[in-house]
Amino acid sequence: MNDVLSWLTASAHWSGEDGIPQRLLEHLYYSGVALLIAAVIAIPLGLFVGHTGRGRFVVVNAAGAARAVPSLGLLFVSVLVLGPRLTGDTAFVVPCEIVLVVLAIPPILAGAYAGVEEVDPAVRDAAKGMGMRGPEVLARVEIPCALPLIFSGLRSGALQVVATATIAATVGLGGLGRFLIDGLAVRDYSQMAAGAVLVAVLALVVDLGFALIQRYAVSPGLTGRIGTRLGAERNEALAPSVTSADTRESGRA
Amino acid sequence: MTWFLDHVSDVLSLTGKHVYLAGVPLVLGLLIAIPIGWLARRYKVLYPPLIMGTGLLYTIPSLALFILMPLFIGTRILDPVNVVVAMTIYTVALLVRTVADGLGAVPEAVTQSATAMGFKRVRRLFMVELPLAVPVISAGMRVAAVSNVSIVSVAAIIGVPQLGSLFTDGFRRDFTDPIVVGIIACVLLAITFDLVIIAITRLLTPWQQVRRAAR
Repeated sequence: MNDVLSWLTASAHWSGEDGIPQRLLEHLYYSGVALLIAAVIAIPLGLFVGHTGRGRFVVVNAAGAARAVPSLGLLFVSVLVLGPRLTGDTAFVVPCEIVLVVLAIPPILAGAYAGVEEVDPAVRDAAKGMGMRGPEVLARVEIPCALPLIFSGLRSGALQVVATATIAATVGLGGLGRFLIDGLAVRDYSQMAAGAVLVAVLALVVDLGFALIQRYAVSPGLTGRIGTRLGAERNEALAPSVTSADTRESGRA
Repeated sequence: MTWFLDHVSDVLSLTGKHVYLAGVPLVLGLLIAIPIGWLARRYKVLYPPLIMGTGLLYTIPSLALFILMPLFIGTRILDPVNVVVAMTIYTVALLVRTVADGLGAVPEAVTQSATAMGFKRVRRLFMVELPLAVPVISAGMRVAAVSNVSIVSVAAIIGVPQLGSLFTDGFRRDFTDPIVVGIIACVLLAITFDLVIIAITRLLTPWQQVRRAAR
């Protein structure tokens, strides 16, 4: 444990091309891009499925199958197939992003459609009774009500992406996984342990970040953040959301 | 395809190892998660720390956990036990919340009736509450099973043989066939695990079949 601490606090590890800040930025970059692409694909699709009820069977099963695809295998096969067609770093970055996007889509999708699907029918009826049309009901009632589950899906996806972005290092890319792979190559346990700690801390920070955004984005009427239930709800929002959206339907590497 | 036909026995033996490395932790993880989940439900104060604490375990990257396992339990780096223990940790991380929520979903009236009929705490847990929580726990088990099959393949990087070895082997030789075969085998294995869990769930919850038929 002391070795890990001294590795983490050594000033030499905090600067330069292979320093912790640089690796951290690379890691955040791979994860952020993947999460963004996955959200752009999965959230509208999930909202559509939840709102219309159409294509539910196909989407649920496709997402289930995507979870079963091992990330490491998908990464290697995309590098071998796409690599020769791309140049420079993109030959590795593109396959890596594909893997992370495939990983992040199922939880985000599940969160989005479960969120809309589980909106109280009485609320939906009330919105219609007030004269709202389909798209209006979706935008002004269903999405705001679905936000807690949408966030839960995003948090679960982010957690998996941040943890899995470490395998980018196995195909020669950067990111915090470098410390694991480089450490493994020379049997440097303190470097590997330090890398693992950094990834876990990053995952936690990202999760807390989402929890904070969620606190301000979700209507207080939904979270019960008014009056006496304050304490209990706050605890729940800040607890790591490993899979509350995941367990609704049935990965990461 | 020809590569697969030439290597059927290799693929089968790797599949066997994969089943062991992903399946044993699933059972061990459930056995460990039940008492922890019960504690989290029984004592309200313990719920946030237990759920958060086990949730934290899931943030440790699998590659790191496989590599660091020998430091914690004093095994050799290539020992498959490292993978079994690491996978058990992930299973527990996923299942504690499920078990706690599943037990929490048992209607109060049912537990009170059981108490009134003379069930003591432990017997009530095993005879009444756990059986009723099976559908929720089974949903969590299905997620854990699929995720285990995928995560185990990462152990190929540290040299523990299973279907993931086909990935590292193919990548090293710039040869996609074994990788594709490995991916397909992993997906099929995940589906098989899923079907087995569904079948066991059906056996354990006969009342749901009756309800379904009555509709």
